Amino acid sequence: MMIVRLALQSLLNRRVTACLTVLAIAVSVMLLLGVEKVRTGARQSFADTISGTDLIVGARSGSLNLLLYSVFRIGNATNNVTWKSYQDIAKRPEVAWIVPLSLGDSHHGFRVLGTNADYFTHYKFRRGQSMTFAVGGPFKDLFDAVIGSDVAQTLGYKVGDRIIVAHGVGSISFIEHEDKPFRVSGILEKTGTPIDRTVHVSLEAIEAIHIDWQNGAPVPGQSISADDVRKMDLTPTAITAAMVGLNSKLATFKIQRAINDYQEEPLSAIMPGVALQELWGLVGTAETALSAVSAMVVATALLGMVTMILTTLNERRREMAILRSVGATPATVLGLLAAEGGLLTLAGVIVGTVGLFVALYLARPLIDRVYGLSLAIDPPRADEWVKLALIVAAGFIAGLLPAIRAYRLSLADGMTVRT
Amino acid sequence: MTAPVGSAREGVRPPDAVSFTDVRYSWPGSSPFTIAIAEFALARGEKLLLLGPSGSGKSTFLSLLAGIVAPDSGRVDVLGTDMAALSGAARDRFRVEHFGIIFQMFNLLPYASLIDNVLLPLRFSRTRRDRALSEGSLEDVAVRLLEALGLDKTVIATVRAASLSVGQQQRVAAARALIGAPQIIVADEPTSALDRNVEGVFLKLLFAQSTTAGASVIMVSHDEGLAPYFDRVVRLDDIATSTRGALT
Repeated sequence: MMIVRLALQSLLNRRVTACLTVLAIAVSVMLLLGVEKVRTGARQSFADTISGTDLIVGARSGSLNLLLYSVFRIGNATNNVTWKSYQDIAKRPEVAWIVPLSLGDSHHGFRVLGTNADYFTHYKFRRGQSMTFAVGGPFKDLFDAVIGSDVAQTLGYKVGDRIIVAHGVGSISFIEHEDKPFRVSGILEKTGTPIDRTVHVSLEAIEAIHIDWQNGAPVPGQSISADDVRKMDLTPTAITAAMVGLNSKLATFKIQRAINDYQEEPLSAIMPGVALQELWGLVGTAETALSAVSAMVVATALLGMVTMILTTLNERRREMAILRSVGATPATVLGLLAAEGGLLTLAGVIVGTVGLFVALYLARPLIDRVYGLSLAIDPPRADEWVKLALIVAAGFIAGLLPAIRAYRLSLADGMTVRT
Repeated sequence: MTAPVGSAREGVRPPDAVSFTDVRYSWPGSSPFTIAIAEFALARGEKLLLLGPSGSGKSTFLSLLAGIVAPDSGRVDVLGTDMAALSGAARDRFRVEHFGIIFQMFNLLPYASLIDNVLLPLRFSRTRRDRALSEGSLEDVAVRLLEALGLDKTVIATVRAASLSVGQQQRVAAARALIGAPQIIVADEPTSALDRNVEGVFLKLLFAQSTTAGASVIMVSHDEGLAPYFDRVVRLDDIATSTRGALT
């Protein structure tokens, strides 16, 4: 027991360097586990972007392209889906619900999505969570708009504000639908999905603002006022894509095939989960790089520890000669030094792990709010335990390096105690 | 043989505390130092001064004596035990059971208390621990020894050995060597860092305690002025031949 106490006292004697070493290891462990947490959190958030939707239907294209423009609002559709096709799909008995999506306009760089009120009930994210309104509600009037939280925050909008939608999707647009302004009817809670960056209007409104346009430009002298447009038939001729929910998941493949083989028009139907996985596989290489970097940080911290132990070796040399003279076997002395490395690493790993959980606990609400990233606070998983154990083992082994050197020196020193 | 141990004089003569026979040893390494000792003996209870200039192999001699290294050839007997026959770990155990060792300086673990420093050998030797325990609690025994070696209570209560003067540190080292009554006290120029009058006081106190414990003392030094304190003086040059440098 006294030997353990002496080992601790010896460490205490060098407490500043020892603490710094523990801190360095702790920070590196926090980083390693933290990166892992963010990684799984990001993957989960990514996979949680859309749920509850069985199929996404769009004009024939690759599945990634369709997913990107319909869910992530990235890029553009290659073609439209006619209203007739949409209705044909809607009429199928297996289809429980279908929500149209119409894209192509924007507001200060945020995409405008034309859809219907079903969108707010059927679009699910984070394992079936529905979107909720922070203020206001879904559109009631033709020219009502529901905006995502990022839109509201960035542009400082509140319910009742008037906004003008621009034609096209650039952040600076030269052609605006200024004759038909919208009124903000509701602002959605933060979801951590592309919804936050979307301005939602009704499908009819999309039709209304384009009714006097031809070939992507207003026809001079033919403008129809916002009041007149209300009396017209605003059934769209085409939409960009549609989200489909089925009565039974078992029918998914059947309906997918049916849509892909649709005779009237070339269409594609994708399963969002599969496409998301595909997309993650694409962007997921970055996570490997992150892990590699954090592993290197751990290695650096351990190197720092070895350096710290090595620099104090002269003092330890004296210690070892004294211990040898009172009967400590070389194995005892070697063990003491190696234990020091292991002990420092263990302390670092414990401090780092606990620190991460405290940090997670404190920062989680903020991260969720600002980045829409939900980080799980759960005990380390099996593979994380293995990682932590490996770090401690590496610490013991790293501690052996100076131990072996000190041991050699002590053998060479024999009975003399050098300064 | 001087300084006979009275009771054992007749009948079977007890083995010497230490005897060297035709011992030869080389330090490994690029510039080997070789020492050869034909014959050397230390009687029980004897106080012996081994004189030699620095670099003459005194430390090597002590390393052989205390079993830190094993001779390449020949025999080192300590209390009737052939050190060469013991394994490394057994020599370590043997050392703490039978030797008290005092270095020239830096004897103490600087961060530990005086008491912990003194009690250190007892953690490795059950025999010495039991012997000390027979005189009282370990702490009391340590304090009594330190007091007998001329340290007062306020000094003994010092938390960190590093804050002591060199003279005080050597006394603590002596107490550590003596605790649990090992048979042989080995000292490597323990007084070289002390001034003359402190030196005399230190040696007298050390010898008083070792006589009480019935221990032999062997001290190496280059200082002939210490001779009067000892039963016998041996010059290392007379008993050993040493060669230094590459043997090609």
